[in-house]
Amino acid sequence: MSANLLAIFYLISGILFILALRGLSSPETSRQGNLFGILGMAIAIVVTFLSVGNFSIGFLYVLGFLVIGGSVGAFIAYKIPMTAMPELVAGFHSLVGLAAVFVAISAFLNPEVFNLGSPGDIKIASLIEMSLGAAIGAITFTGSIIAFLKLRGIMSGSPITFTGQHFLNLFLGLFLLGIIFYLCKTQTDSWFWTIIVISFLLGILLIIPIGGADMPVVISMLNSYSGWAAAGIGFTLENTALIITGALVGSSGAILSYIMCKGMNRSFFNVILGGFGATDQSTSQTDKEQKPVKSGNADDAAFLMKNASSVIIVPGYGMAVAQAQHALREMVDGLKKNGVKVTYAIHPVAGRMPGHMNVLLAEANVPYDEVFELEEINNDFANCDVAYVIGANDVTNPVAKTDPQSPIYGMPILDVEKSKSVLFVKRSLSPGYAGIDNDLFYRDNTLMLFADAKKMTEDIVKNL
Amino acid sequence: MEIDPFIFRLSIFILSIFIGYYVVWSVTPSLHTPLMSVTNAISSVIIVGAIIAALAGDSFNIFNTANIFGFLAIILAAVNIFGGFLVTQRMLAMYKKKKKDK
Repeated sequence: MSANLLAIFYLISGILFILALRGLSSPETSRQGNLFGILGMAIAIVVTFLSVGNFSIGFLYVLGFLVIGGSVGAFIAYKIPMTAMPELVAGFHSLVGLAAVFVAISAFLNPEVFNLGSPGDIKIASLIEMSLGAAIGAITFTGSIIAFLKLRGIMSGSPITFTGQHFLNLFLGLFLLGIIFYLCKTQTDSWFWTIIVISFLLGILLIIPIGGADMPVVISMLNSYSGWAAAGIGFTLENTALIITGALVGSSGAILSYIMCKGMNRSFFNVILGGFGATDQSTSQTDKEQKPVKSGNADDAAFLMKNASSVIIVPGYGMAVAQAQHALREMVDGLKKNGVKVTYAIHPVAGRMPGHMNVLLAEANVPYDEVFELEEINNDFANCDVAYVIGANDVTNPVAKTDPQSPIYGMPILDVEKSKSVLFVKRSLSPGYAGIDNDLFYRDNTLMLFADAKKMTEDIVKNL
Repeated sequence: MEIDPFIFRLSIFILSIFIGYYVVWSVTPSLHTPLMSVTNAISSVIIVGAIIAALAGDSFNIFNTANIFGFLAIILAAVNIFGGFLVTQRMLAMYKKKKKDK
């Protein structure tokens, strides 16, 4: 196959990838979009085989490995519970990162195959591109592993900080650039390996100071990195499909990180420098006086909601942890039978990754046109009878609007306190991720339901 | 004066960033999780580099270091391609509209 024809096929698969993302603008077109993505990938793989034109024993090996990896991937995709989606995505990012590192190593060891020169005499531009690809890939790899461990609960979600942390990271980053410069000058193998080792280290150091609830930003950021790594390799291999895809994924991840940061009214740097919520916890616990709290049981909650005309459900990460989405859907079915109008309100940073709550509700067969984003629904709280807060906390805290001293001041929140009554399902009065007390607990119109989210919702269903 | 082919690739790259920017802003927030899993799957198109790397060399030898790294990358990327697209498909299949008669 001629190089020109090959380039055109890669362009086609790049366009199909664009269409795959375009399809996600609405749930109706999204399934077709995904098929475009699969088609694009198939085209890219098949034409690459044809271009190599080597149908010897090696071809069978490639096919064999493709099937092995593919079966593992398919197995995971079918087995994974929807609540584990954040870990899965983090895990997958680490694989893209490592694959980028491996391809870069292979290109460095065997540059003739990719027309990049010969070992010890690789074109400077290619050397820079492959070093950047390898470095970003390596950071993505170890960073995603840390994110995976934190999300999975194997590693504590609390930030790990030490003095001089940011200087160390800055130093390592600058050191990395210095080594890339030396690699270009000397073409020595050892510099190339050093780049990879330092990047692995940097990936770990960058993610450990970031706490659990900031994971939506971290996952989006790593998503973006995996794209830039792919683009770096794309430049090295002079492959249009990789360059286009890398740019798409890179900007996609960057936009998602931006949306997540905006959802918390924090700057990107504030999030990635980490340590949030670690320092405030002690202060809030000491000056916490005994304020009166009204608490109720499932019977009260069922009575309140049954006699309401409209109910807004506010789900959060706690719903995912308790796996309460199916019970919740049962409860809503029961309410609808009583003629209650029920909608769902989702805060942009609810859960551990962008869109996390939406997927869980979709899994529980909640129609997506009953689920609304913050801006769409926030005005409706004033006219609603009951807000049912299940597993959310900081995103409902009115302090964000009133107290400029608060760490979450300015964060857009769901105006839950404006509804006639608030049912707040929570295990205790403990503060949320931001380490601050939720003012809402002590309001007159708030009824606390102290229980596990799933257990409480099931009990309410029984009482309806 | 001739333009370096690198400039052409850079142009493609920058234009694609712009396309990505506009396309991703139009993605509905409720589909942000499938967006992440599908971008994950498509970034595994890095497998084309892995295939070329794995099949490199005139007389093919699986134990050549450069080839081994190619094969490892193929496995990793394949996990991602199949896993990413299938899990996205699985998620998207769950997004349903309200049934009218209820």
